Amino acid sequence: MPDGPGGNDRAMRLSLGLAGLLALLCVTAVALGETSLSTHQYRLAFTDAASAPAQILWSIRAPRTAAAALVGAALGLAGAVMQGLLRNPLADPGVLGVSAVSALGASVVIALGLGATVGAIEGAALGGALAAGGLLTILAIRLAEPQTLILFGVALSALGGAATALVFNLSPSPVATAEVLSWLMGSVSNRDWSDVAVGLAPATVGGALCFWSGRGLRMLTLGEETAAMSGLPMARLRAAAVAGTAMLTGAAVAMAGVIGFVGLAAPHLVRRSVSDDPAAAMLPSALAGGALLVAADLAARLIPSSEELKLGVVTALFGAPLFALVVWRAARSWRG
Amino acid sequence: MAGGAELARVTAVLQVSGLGVELGGTRVFGEVTFAVGSGEVLGVLGPNGGGKTTLLRAALGLIGVRSGEARLGGRPVKTLSASARSALAAYLPQDRRVAWNLPAWRLAALGLPHIAPVRAKRRALDALAEVGMSGLAERGVLDMSGGERARVLLARLICADSALVMADEPAAGLDPDAQFRVMDVLRGRAERGAAVVVTLHDLTLAARSCDRVAVLASGRLVALGPPAQVLTQQVLGDAFGVDGELTPTRFGPVVAARSGFSDRPDPAVG
Repeated sequence: MPDGPGGNDRAMRLSLGLAGLLALLCVTAVALGETSLSTHQYRLAFTDAASAPAQILWSIRAPRTAAAALVGAALGLAGAVMQGLLRNPLADPGVLGVSAVSALGASVVIALGLGATVGAIEGAALGGALAAGGLLTILAIRLAEPQTLILFGVALSALGGAATALVFNLSPSPVATAEVLSWLMGSVSNRDWSDVAVGLAPATVGGALCFWSGRGLRMLTLGEETAAMSGLPMARLRAAAVAGTAMLTGAAVAMAGVIGFVGLAAPHLVRRSVSDDPAAAMLPSALAGGALLVAADLAARLIPSSEELKLGVVTALFGAPLFALVVWRAARSWRG
Repeated sequence: MAGGAELARVTAVLQVSGLGVELGGTRVFGEVTFAVGSGEVLGVLGPNGGGKTTLLRAALGLIGVRSGEARLGGRPVKTLSASARSALAAYLPQDRRVAWNLPAWRLAALGLPHIAPVRAKRRALDALAEVGMSGLAERGVLDMSGGERARVLLARLICADSALVMADEPAAGLDPDAQFRVMDVLRGRAERGAAVVVTLHDLTLAARSCDRVAVLASGRLVALGPPAQVLTQQVLGDAFGVDGELTPTRFGPVVAARSGFSDRPDPAVG
């Protein structure tokens, strides 16, 4: 038997491995960038905080890397929770429409010309996510069936998308439209520590709610009726899962715009190693999501191009083939 | 077994009195009264749409009732908290879908969400041994045959040692040997003191493995008692619309029947 008495040894080993990988990627992402530094300059970065190398490493690359790691972790965890709650391997953090409404909030602010106001985009993105999350949480308490929640989510997603298109439609200037579009593609460039701080609080609360809901997600493997008889507070656990996911998604959108794919792919990358257990998949999914996004951001910075590649574009371009490979290998166990 | 059943009724684990349920404004059944005691296996029989599943759900307080009440361990089920109810009763729904390919032991341990994971795993492994699935404890349930998965779900049902064990068609879709094994496991639970309520479509299986059977048809409890007394030509005709009877053979009783009457009213609710 590969597992210990509690059965979580493999998940724990996987998490440790992924944490190591994430740390390694973070160090690399801070060390490498557009400007190549000499050994002397690296030394300077550690000894003289006012030096240019120190500025590059600690005020430009480090917060950017932290933002990428945090956004990736938030999306990876949110994806794992959504897949567990909805019992659907196709679910991702955007499936219930939270990202669409969050993006709408940010788009409105940018189109109104308030994009330069400190915290306006972040606040609007987070506000949109929380509003959508609040509505979905109420629905999740009342509706036990995942299909109904998914259908509401599809409606909310369509509404958010249409309203964002309306913002484009009514936008006074093509400049504003281009700005919104660029923001929607997702990026962590030029993020500073205050941007990271904005996302940290909702991501922490959302993460805690999600981890708390884990035992409910595992119980849902057997369907709503068995879960209802299990004695677990299922309505509260469902609400925590939805509210937590909304906070994580809102934090991610506020920090980096809309970044697809990580939330869908990260849980699948770890699923087999945690024996398909939706609760055990949460921590490794978060770590895998963080690693994926830090790596993608590193690629976006290092791949030579006329314009820096957008993070959302890179994650999908590189992640999709990898994801297809994982799904291909896992397909054998899905025949049910 | 009639004496045992009488004694059991005195110390009923589940007592259902005058229970009536409406779903979507349509009456499913009314005035259903019965009790199940410790050590007893009660089979709930009836045609499709007769309300068997609804009766189980109502008895557990999973759906609202129109009239009457169900008492679990002497207390009205609707006054029990979710955790108090789960401490008294375990339920295997008819829907056997499993969303994720969890290892068998992990799935079985879902029957014990309130105890430490290490202890839950140990008891899940014991339950898997009881259903003859020790060798496949680490295998993913979606990589199993239907019969194997049914036994793992049964292990989940029994691992909590609940006073009331309720299973909705646990033998459906299984080969004859697997059906007997399922009923043997449930019988074993009754012998260890549980009250077992099980819905069945196979009347022969019911006749062999239940102490008493309750026949639910046309919105009411048509008959209740030991199989030999209940599964008469009259009841088989009235409730199931078949022409048949319970016949003793050297392998045990068999319900032999042929399609008989076609004037049975259409079922109202599924």
